[in-house]
Amino acid sequence: MSSLVNILLQGVLLGALYALFAMGQSLVFGVMRLTNTAHGDFIVLLVFVLFVLTNLAHMPLWAAVPVLIGIAFCAGYAVQYTVLNRVSSRDPLPSLVVTFGLSIVIQNVLQEVFSADPRSLATGGFESMSITLPGGIALGLLPLLTLAVAVVATLFLQWLFGRTPLGRVFRATSDDREIVQLMGISPRRTFALAMGIAFVLIALAATLYAVRTAVSPSDGPALLLYAFEAVIIGGMGSFWGTFLGGIALGVAQQIGFYIDPGWGIWLGHVLFLALLTIRPQGLLPKTA
Amino acid sequence: MIVEAILETRGLTAFYGDFQALFGIDVRVERGEVIALIGSNGAGKSTFLKALAGLLPASAQQIAYRGEAIGGMPAARIVGMGIALVPEGRRLFASLSVEENLLLGAYSSRPGRWTLDTVYTLFPILKERRHHPATALSGGQQQMVALGRALMSNPDLLMCDELSLGLAPVVVREIYAALPSIVGDGMSAIVVEQDVQLARRVSKRFYCFQEGRVSLAGASAEVSDEAITRAYFGAVT
Repeated sequence: MSSLVNILLQGVLLGALYALFAMGQSLVFGVMRLTNTAHGDFIVLLVFVLFVLTNLAHMPLWAAVPVLIGIAFCAGYAVQYTVLNRVSSRDPLPSLVVTFGLSIVIQNVLQEVFSADPRSLATGGFESMSITLPGGIALGLLPLLTLAVAVVATLFLQWLFGRTPLGRVFRATSDDREIVQLMGISPRRTFALAMGIAFVLIALAATLYAVRTAVSPSDGPALLLYAFEAVIIGGMGSFWGTFLGGIALGVAQQIGFYIDPGWGIWLGHVLFLALLTIRPQGLLPKTA
Repeated sequence: MIVEAILETRGLTAFYGDFQALFGIDVRVERGEVIALIGSNGAGKSTFLKALAGLLPASAQQIAYRGEAIGGMPAARIVGMGIALVPEGRRLFASLSVEENLLLGAYSSRPGRWTLDTVYTLFPILKERRHHPATALSGGQQQMVALGRALMSNPDLLMCDELSLGLAPVVVREIYAALPSIVGDGMSAIVVEQDVQLARRVSKRFYCFQEGRVSLAGASAEVSDEAITRAYFGAVT
């Protein structure tokens, strides 16, 4: 019994990281219908930016993270405004090709500059601290922090989209990018702002991921896959759906790992395929 | 007395890719005047309004607004100068409530008499339905939202593209009944209508479009039905 509870709890904690990976993707898809195949590589890229800030510029992590978030916002805004806006049309193919190209460029530049070695961040042992629940279940502080960040990010996005003037602009631009111009809204700036916010979410995910494990330049596509699966499982355009999708993926993987260490990732994919067959609209479609 | 034109187009052309839709349109709207554009489907009326709103490219000198060349300006800037379009088919934002649609209309934050309160006074039914999704309303109510959304930008020139499209005659009458009180304070308007009699009733002057050109223009009350029919259907005289 306690091992079942343990699997579920560890699965939820793992899933929170996937949910955080997916949140930026969900936002970008929700606002501009852009399928960003470089999403995982953006996460890895920001991990290496953080690595440069802490290990080469010798900034303490608490100071480096806000700097990373600032850099991420500007980079996201710029990449959307200058590059991705040119391909953000109703036709998904041009944006797929361009982000796929960006993905290859990022991987190769990172390998050229940092070599293929995995890098990790030192946090003075925080990543291995845990609390023990009655029943002997140990929960890591870092995974708990990740869960908290994922919940806060989901609440924030839901509030931003549902309750604020900016959220209105995002939803309206997603509905009809021609007519919003008649309201005085520039879709190009709106898209850039959405990508800026998505990059802030990517920066948070990158930080927590880098503290958790060593990251190498070619890890991006795997992260993209988890993010993508979480978005699809949850239902496109819904932040709580994406959150649930990430959790479901984490729990499935954890159950797989328990059965056989080689089964974890595989069982996650099986869940994805099964849900795609049974419930293609996702768990919570379109509430945002 | 020289009446000042709020808007004047000179030889306005418009293209959809390689297809030319307008071939040199000259239209003049005076301050406080309501003009009607009539003509059959595909005559270029909607294209003309889209070009004025900035949704289609035009060269600068082809459109003068208060004497300023605005052709080719981005649509998002034109609304801030006081030109609002109620687009054909309403085009409400489906994920927004009625009130959110109206609030988005005020995005350019031009001061003026149109606010949520005054729009709700004009169309009380919208206040009752303000929290409903905009597309859950009846066609007539949706048209009220589209009109209210345009008014929220406090335009000096209001352009309405087929307010009557797909609506029952009684609903059309109800919506057009609001027009005099809207333009009463000196707002100018361009009204596109398929229904010629309706268009002539609400306007001072009209332009009849045919295949991307103005085939007839005149005072709405004076030109004979026969002349309009000829201009409308393009019978060669």
